[in-house]
Amino acid sequence: MHPAFSVIFFTVLSGAGFGLFALIYLADLFKLGGGLPGAYVFWTGVLAIVMVGVGLLSSTFHLANPKNAWRAFTRWRTSWLSREGVLSVAFYPFALAYLALYWLELWPAARHFAGAIATLLAWLTIFSTAMIYASLKTIRHWNTPLVPAAYLSLGHFSGGMILLVVAMMAGVQALPFVLLSLFQLFVAAFVKAIYYYWIGRLGAGSTINTATGFTRAQVKLLDAGHTHGTFLTQEFGYIVPKLTAVSLRLISMLLAFAVPLVLLYFALEYHSLALGIAALVSVFAGLVAERWLFFAEARHVVNLYHGAQRC
Amino acid sequence: MRLGLVIDLDVCVGCHACAVSCKQWNASGTTGPLTDYQPFGAEPSGVWFNRIRHFEVGTYPNNKTVNFPMSCMHCEDADCVTVCPTGASYKRAEDGIVLVDQDKCMGCNYCSWACPYGARELDRESGTMKKCTLCVDRIYDQAIPEAERQPSCVLTCPAHARMFGDFDDPNSEVSKVVREREGYVLMPELGYNPTNHYLPPRKHKPIPTDIGADKAGLAGKLKQFVNRMVKR
Repeated sequence: MHPAFSVIFFTVLSGAGFGLFALIYLADLFKLGGGLPGAYVFWTGVLAIVMVGVGLLSSTFHLANPKNAWRAFTRWRTSWLSREGVLSVAFYPFALAYLALYWLELWPAARHFAGAIATLLAWLTIFSTAMIYASLKTIRHWNTPLVPAAYLSLGHFSGGMILLVVAMMAGVQALPFVLLSLFQLFVAAFVKAIYYYWIGRLGAGSTINTATGFTRAQVKLLDAGHTHGTFLTQEFGYIVPKLTAVSLRLISMLLAFAVPLVLLYFALEYHSLALGIAALVSVFAGLVAERWLFFAEARHVVNLYHGAQRC
Repeated sequence: MRLGLVIDLDVCVGCHACAVSCKQWNASGTTGPLTDYQPFGAEPSGVWFNRIRHFEVGTYPNNKTVNFPMSCMHCEDADCVTVCPTGASYKRAEDGIVLVDQDKCMGCNYCSWACPYGARELDRESGTMKKCTLCVDRIYDQAIPEAERQPSCVLTCPAHARMFGDFDDPNSEVSKVVREREGYVLMPELGYNPTNHYLPPRKHKPIPTDIGADKAGLAGKLKQFVNRMVKR
């Protein structure tokens, strides 16, 4: 698949934004580390909402006809893309109400109610984003429950790293935030490791034989029937070289999980905020590489009509 | 009604006339134009509803070239319609034709991801998804003679490799020929239940070839020996 930059940017950024918001609410609810100071909760919440908003806006950049984008809210009964749109917009009033009540220090019960609903919607939105890909029978690398598992765990891991840096800045007890981040780091790393193992051993699927119906003979493409590229070759034809894929997997796993783990150790050892921020930057660099690979490694079955023997 | 096409792989000669006539008809049809990019340039490309691939089936000497025209299969379980977030893609209840409402499409490409047959192509100029309409603006046109109320590709095919009809009617030409010739659908394992069917090439005895080197006789063996000696 062709990796579109706007979709990579969107899924990484809004995933982290939704994860961050959910964790802010939970940290507020359980008074993690003795409770973050109010201004930190508020401004981190604003950051989460901005990340979600920028991500959603950037996702409209890959539309060829954005003037009809409003219609994407209409088919939520069948389409995961529509559900994502509806849920992410429904998230806003509750998230804004939560932050407003936090700022005004009013009605704690109502604040927690709004926060809980917004958190639920954040989880459902990340799930919908992942299901856009996981629901496609045409791309076996995506058609697995590991995809929503990865999106949810990576969104919470990257959001949780932001919250950890905020906690270090606020000077509250860092241990609960560190434990939370470590837990999420391991869950996300395991899910991605299982995913890479899984897509390396997909087993029997569609082949050039089932695509043409000649199931008892060797089939070979002689001519794809087009002079230059087509929409199909541009959208689905990209094949990431094996060496690039393997090295990017390694780089993304190192940047997203291994390097932050080491940096976090030293950040806490020497109480260094700079090292904490470096860990955060490393996480996002790793996630961009991870998301690029997620798209680039996926193989659409239409490639069987362009010369692939199996997909 | 369940309208669709049958493509006879035994007689298709791979001339691309169906694709050309499709382009000609639909360029001015309901989803036209079908934009071309650099038609006379170095990298010609563009939007087509119908594409013909060419495959080699079997191994030499029992091999055969099979020409393989493909357009929208008008699937019964069309995922392209299910995934469409705007409602631009729809499947008509009355005849099963899958269409894209050009006024509603936002060009997100999601339906093209859901289609295993590569039937949908984005028009960069209009920003909308385009696909085979089964010549919906022709098959119901009362102003043209009844015999011509068929998709453009079917009328054009010089080898009569394409048939159009109602698969719900067990006595229609398409239903009968699918029954008799063991017509099949592509990638049935994905469960899209496509309407268009393909008729397999008829089985023929392989044509004898002159590769029987060991039966060549003395003169033949001498010739082979000389051929091995002479460097060319």
